[in-house]
Amino acid sequence: MTVIEDSALAEVTRPAVEDLLYLEAELLDDWELDTWLTLYTDDAHYEIPCTDDPGGTGQTSLMLIHDNRMRMASRVERLNSRKAHREYPHSNLRHLVTNVRLLGVEDGELRVRASFLVNRCRAGRETTYTGRFDYRLVLQSGELRIKHKRVTLDMTVLRPASDVAVIL
Amino acid sequence: MTLLEERPSSTLSTGSRCVDEDIDGMRFRVHRDAMTSEDVFREEIEKIFAHSWLYVGHESEIPEPGDYVRRPVAGRPIFMVRGAKSGRVNVFHNTCTHRGAVVCRRDKGNSKVFQCFYHAWTFDSEGKLVGVPGKDAYDDQLDMDALGLGRVAKVESYRGFVFCSFDPDIVDLTTYLAGAREYLDLVVDAMDGDVQIVPGTNEYGMQANWKLLVENSIDGYHAASTHDTYFKYLVSLGTDLSIGVKGHTKDLGNGHAVLEYLAPWGRPIARWEPIFGEEAKPEIDALRQRLVDKHGPERAGRMCDVNRNMLIYPNLIINDIMAVTVRTFMPTSPTSMTVTAWEAAPGDELPEVRQRRLDSFLTFLGPGGFATPDDIEALESCQQGFASGGIEWNDISRGMNREPEATDEEQMRAFWRRWAEQMDGGR
Ligand code: FES
Ligand SMILES: [Fe+2]
Repeated sequence: MTVIEDSALAEVTRPAVEDLLYLEAELLDDWELDTWLTLYTDDAHYEIPCTDDPGGTGQTSLMLIHDNRMRMASRVERLNSRKAHREYPHSNLRHLVTNVRLLGVEDGELRVRASFLVNRCRAGRETTYTGRFDYRLVLQSGELRIKHKRVTLDMTVLRPASDVAVIL
Repeated sequence: MTLLEERPSSTLSTGSRCVDEDIDGMRFRVHRDAMTSEDVFREEIEKIFAHSWLYVGHESEIPEPGDYVRRPVAGRPIFMVRGAKSGRVNVFHNTCTHRGAVVCRRDKGNSKVFQCFYHAWTFDSEGKLVGVPGKDAYDDQLDMDALGLGRVAKVESYRGFVFCSFDPDIVDLTTYLAGAREYLDLVVDAMDGDVQIVPGTNEYGMQANWKLLVENSIDGYHAASTHDTYFKYLVSLGTDLSIGVKGHTKDLGNGHAVLEYLAPWGRPIARWEPIFGEEAKPEIDALRQRLVDKHGPERAGRMCDVNRNMLIYPNLIINDIMAVTVRTFMPTSPTSMTVTAWEAAPGDELPEVRQRRLDSFLTFLGPGGFATPDDIEALESCQQGFASGGIEWNDISRGMNREPEATDEEQMRAFWRRWAEQMDGGR
């Protein structure tokens, strides 16, 4: 099974990966968070290390975000409610994803790297997040799905952005 | 009624002008000038931040000789280094004695020497000037001993927590900490004396006066309303909320204060809740038993079951809740601040327990947590409200009629009383 999936994964093209990444960007910009979750596998992770510890992992470091699929769903539920005060009303978001590169298949996962710039406008204030996305993608019933997304921020401190209440 | 009519500012200094306590009338008010005025902000830098003990870092961050961390304290660049010869914690002003450049240019690392890149003067980890290129130009008159790095006037540590003060005449740290010592002891003893700062720092900020974060960090009143989504999250995991947020608040002297309470969330030391998973139960129960054996049921109960949100005046928060956070902040203007927060954990924690602790922290705390962003929103919202004018005073009277409970505001009044005293010129 793994062999077949590995070879199928190895045949995934960059446009196919870009389609997935651009779809994710659009869903996040449109605050279609329930649909966004469906792009992820049931054992997915979404994580952001601290600005001073870009190599940090959720096993040993304090992170900014270290969500398993369950916490991802809780995050979505929170953001969909009207009680996530920092994001009610929601920010206007624009995810720009670029420099997409396929790094090959490893342990049944397609490694993908991309650069991003996320603009967040809210209540007269505009902030920008910039950095790198590292994805691990898998094929699920023939569909490309995200198993792991790691966001490494370029900012040396989280100012003036002040928080990561939005999904990057 | 304007402030001028009510209290002629010419006759009152800032503290008395801004903090108005009427014990018989059970009314405690803080004038919003304290949060908006440029003059008050400048006065705070001189009267408060130049004359308090301020948190620098934790000794566990620099275990080896030559280990250092660089960070601002009260907005001034300083660095803390473990002396390679003495083994002691040195805290230096981060500026070259030649013509000023910063000599420590990385956030952390290990180094036996700190060389200023500008003209290459070199200092050792004890601050001594050990190298000057082209010394012949000084005809052997250069007083190398006098040109060592500037030490911050006072440096002391309490159970691993390193503080400094720019005031050479300040009382010693132990005296200063007053009633806060007992609470620091609870945090440290619950970790068997082995407190470590976990790698990774939350460095964020907000557009709000720094004293709003003092209030918010020890405010039990806002938990249910502001953090509704967090409590919903706990419920979704099977946590029983009926325990509520129950406890009391206390003035610990010298402006320090604590909010002590029972809450529904789990604590890695040592109160199991579904959030930790069934498999963790025996471990957490065993940890509790060890503390009971060592400290007796009463003190162990305080360590394991009771949450502590503690303010160490003026700008250090140690919250021992679903995880332990050490948080300090500094105003950059009357309406903005920078915040730096770390996570503390016992050094010898099992990897699975550490993992759960780290996750537990993140669900509530930090700029990506399920609660902290909403606190940021609340404080910025207050600051925006102040700009509206029309209302001059904040009301901080909650619980003046009773033995202060967890949702009361006595702990904030403790802060404000000391703030007023210092702003009136008291040291
Ligand atoms: S300023 Fe440091 S050597 Fe000149
Ligand atoms: Fe809060």
